[in-house]
Amino acid sequence: MINTNYSKKVIEHFSKPKNIGKIKNADAIGELGNPTCGDVMRIYLKVDKKTEKIKNIKFQTMGCAAAIATSSMITELAKGKTLEQAKKITNKDVADSLQGLPPIKMHCSNLAADALRVAIKNYEEKIS
Amino acid sequence: MKLYLDNAATTPIAKEVVEELNKQIKNYGNPSSRHKLGKSTKEEIEKAREKIAKFINVKPGEVFFTSGATESNNWAIKGTASTNPEKKQIIISAIEHPSILETCEAMKKQGYKIDLISVNKEGRINLEELKNKISQDTLLVSIMHINNEIGTIQPIEEISKICKEKRVLFHTDAVQSFGKIKIDASQIDLLSVSGHKLNAMKGIGFLYIKKGTKINPLLNGGGQERNMRSGTENFLGIVSLKKAIDLKRKITEVSKSRERIIKEILKIPGTILNGSEKGACNIISLSFYGIEGESLQMLLDEEGISISTGSACSSNKLSASHVLEATGTDEFHLNGNIRISLDTLKPLTKKEEDFLIKKVKENVEKLQKISPIKFKETSNNK
Repeated sequence: MINTNYSKKVIEHFSKPKNIGKIKNADAIGELGNPTCGDVMRIYLKVDKKTEKIKNIKFQTMGCAAAIATSSMITELAKGKTLEQAKKITNKDVADSLQGLPPIKMHCSNLAADALRVAIKNYEEKIS
Repeated sequence: MKLYLDNAATTPIAKEVVEELNKQIKNYGNPSSRHKLGKSTKEEIEKAREKIAKFINVKPGEVFFTSGATESNNWAIKGTASTNPEKKQIIISAIEHPSILETCEAMKKQGYKIDLISVNKEGRINLEELKNKISQDTLLVSIMHINNEIGTIQPIEEISKICKEKRVLFHTDAVQSFGKIKIDASQIDLLSVSGHKLNAMKGIGFLYIKKGTKINPLLNGGGQERNMRSGTENFLGIVSLKKAIDLKRKITEVSKSRERIIKEILKIPGTILNGSEKGACNIISLSFYGIEGESLQMLLDEEGISISTGSACSSNKLSASHVLEATGTDEFHLNGNIRISLDTLKPLTKKEEDFLIKKVKENVEKLQKISPIKFKETSNNK
């Protein structure tokens, strides 16, 4: 086993994650990852049709502490943003907001940013 | 409450061992020195060797002290390879420890063929497959006695018989079994042990080599261990190992504790036991549905409970446990595993068992709530 030194912020978001759960009648859902790798993230969106702002966002994640923390953080970063703004959130933004991630865990932040983009893409495909 | 339940990884040095070390620390002489101080240290080493040999029913001259089982495992394979250069096939189980697997990977690069014998869902090797794989080219069969991750016990007497009939060397990694179950090594050719798994010091172990086995030393130098393993002997390590085998292990109580813990934790829907109920008395490997092991390990760590996990995210190669893959564990259970390993010297009290069970249930529930992968009970998975 590796010795993972997580930042305080990661431990915070892991122990008390924000925005856990499903959204009934979600406007879009984005899911990435697979159980064999040990990481599955699912993001639910509720979008204000007029302003295109993310009204509500929730997540469900199967994964390590970094996976849960990055999921929690990305929902915090995306809430209230427009879809265009949310699309631009990078894995570096997620990692930085968490005061950094061990290099071996950076892929978890990729998963979070990508899962959000998948959700947004699904929303845009639905309404078009 | 603090519970250390990672004894398969390492164990605390027993207080009786510490007492013995304190007594023996004045014996600081180099055992190769000719003066009284050196000779008295050498004498203690030979006393230890005799005791350890008797413990596994072999001759003292067949026990060679090493720095631990990693060295012993490397030595067993590389040492016999160089004395039997015409034999280019090595047979091991699919669930060996990295010190065997990686040694074999290194041998592959030198042109050796490595054959992995498959295991069933409980981790037991396929004896027919083993029989069929042995050929004129086989250098050595190496099958671990008890698997460190899931506790499966292999039938080493039967394996030994097969190897004898086919006239091929049999080595076993007995790291998890030595000191916990009785071993008669007289019918085996090579056997590896590590002291720190049985409340002795880290950095000590041995390789048992049956008399007459053709094997070259791994370490050349001053000629210690009858020219077979050079390097000034780890005297205090040897003393600690000698004392550790004397200690009374509470195997029955620990087994009962294990039974109860398994029974209670299996009440969580979708949970499976890896290995078998008949596995090692102190190893409990459980997989929970739809969650990941590292996150569970961390939550339990926060509660004062030390265990380990074999999930992909917790490994430095980001790959899932080769043992759980070999036993055919499904994708929803593969990464949600933890290993609880008990101390054979000190069984848990009922209060400690209750605490462990409660905290595991609470935290598995917490993670299953967060997971998108929910367990649905069907007639198939009841």
